[in-house]
Amino acid sequence: MKTCNLCAGLAAALLLTSCASTQPAAGGSELVVFAAASLNGTFTELGKEFEASHAGTTVKFSFDGSSALVDQLKQGAPADVFASADRSNMDKAVAAGVITGAPEQFTSNVLTIIVPTGNPAAITGLDDSLTGKKLVVCANGVPCGSATVKLAEALGVTLSPVSEETKVTDVRTKVESGQADAGIVYVTDAKASADLVESIPIQGADKARNDYLIGVAKDAKQAALAAEFIALVKGSRGQEVLKAAGFGE
Amino acid sequence: MIRPALPRWLAVPATAAAVFLAVPLLAMLVRVPWGRVPALLSTPAAVDALWLSLRTCTLTVVVSLVLGLPLALVLSRTRGRWAAWGRVLATVPMVLPPVVAGLALLVALSRRSWLGGWLASIGIDLAFTTAAVVIAQTFVAMPYLVVSVEGALRSAHDEHAVIAATLGASPSVVLRRVTLPLIAPAVASGAALAFARALGEFGATLTFAGSLQGTTRTLPLEIYLQRELDTDTAIALSVVLIAVAALLVAITARLSRGAVTSADGAAA
Repeated sequence: MKTCNLCAGLAAALLLTSCASTQPAAGGSELVVFAAASLNGTFTELGKEFEASHAGTTVKFSFDGSSALVDQLKQGAPADVFASADRSNMDKAVAAGVITGAPEQFTSNVLTIIVPTGNPAAITGLDDSLTGKKLVVCANGVPCGSATVKLAEALGVTLSPVSEETKVTDVRTKVESGQADAGIVYVTDAKASADLVESIPIQGADKARNDYLIGVAKDAKQAALAAEFIALVKGSRGQEVLKAAGFGE
Repeated sequence: MIRPALPRWLAVPATAAAVFLAVPLLAMLVRVPWGRVPALLSTPAAVDALWLSLRTCTLTVVVSLVLGLPLALVLSRTRGRWAAWGRVLATVPMVLPPVVAGLALLVALSRRSWLGGWLASIGIDLAFTTAAVVIAQTFVAMPYLVVSVEGALRSAHDEHAVIAATLGASPSVVLRRVTLPLIAPAVASGAALAFARALGEFGATLTFAGSLQGTTRTLPLEIYLQRELDTDTAIALSVVLIAVAALLVAITARLSRGAVTSADGAAA
């Protein structure tokens, strides 16, 4: 769930800071990255590599929902880099004047169907096999829910979910526990719980592709390091890590 | 009754405590977009959430009375180790973190558990239904009624019941005509507390029942969703929740004061 995501984020952040404090703080520069919760695993990994290649630099992450991060940036939270899980939240950040220059797209994410292991309800896709079955989706308005609505419209299907969750992780846990027969989540979420769920790819899923954008924060204290971190994310190593987690499929 | 004066320095931490508790609530009241409140609260989503909450909380209180009242009566007359265990069991849900309560219900009643599977085999499917909301709310709210009533029963004076029994009244008559009227204020305040707790129930509902407008998305779940979509709506709905909760707590305080005075009167 959300709290666990937060816990993991906090734990990662704490771990990073505590590791850092044991190292000699020669030059001791600190890069603060605000990133969408779905980037938790990949960015934590890239952050460690960045620290390894930049002696004396520590990378601190704050993982949360993109809209929550935009709110924090607007209220003056200190950040050097902001990575959003969708275009509209990055647009909001740009409109609020908290981003320097033009943000760049660095990856994307598409939706997939997940079912409990063994697919007890015999779901075959976004089709008649869902009739009368317990389908759980994200609520319209939150990024994954908006993508779901967009995809359903593009494919001309009508969904009748039994629950519309606020967080994509709540969709995941309901399928993992077998409460729901099927759920619609991002490919990366499906990969993250691959031992508890099976995924059924949606034909035409790229009709609702979610773009991930990254930019340097307006009040960045480490603008040069921020640019280098973005280069790492956009470079071949960053793309490799993201791809392994299911991004950009 | 004359009471010795308190040391004056207590006023400092006491004021700090009062300010600490009041500031977040006042900050929220200041932040409310009062002009837009009627519009924000009359959207179909808000109205559905409000009605669903009132309906499920009322049902929760009814279930809590029907089942919790007998439990409180039995516990109040039981002595020894079993009673102690029973009391712990009856109160643990009060202090469980909300998500833990939800997980516990999920493990016990999900479609994959033996109990949930058995229910499904006789045609009862609780997943994602309003009934699941009531179950989640009852699980966390009934203990408030049990604790409140049991406390009153333990401190109540038994003479009337003893006299009634001596005069030949059957146990059921004693219960109905003597015991229940005696503890009525405690029952009412326990019911109000249970209602307030059910109204605020969030974690267990989210984990166990899901979130669908008009079916399972109660007021707290709607606030949780609106927090992501529109902060103003979330705040307007929160104020409704605070107002109802404050009203219920005030009623409870009034009732328990009444109970204390009548008990004092009886003792005198």
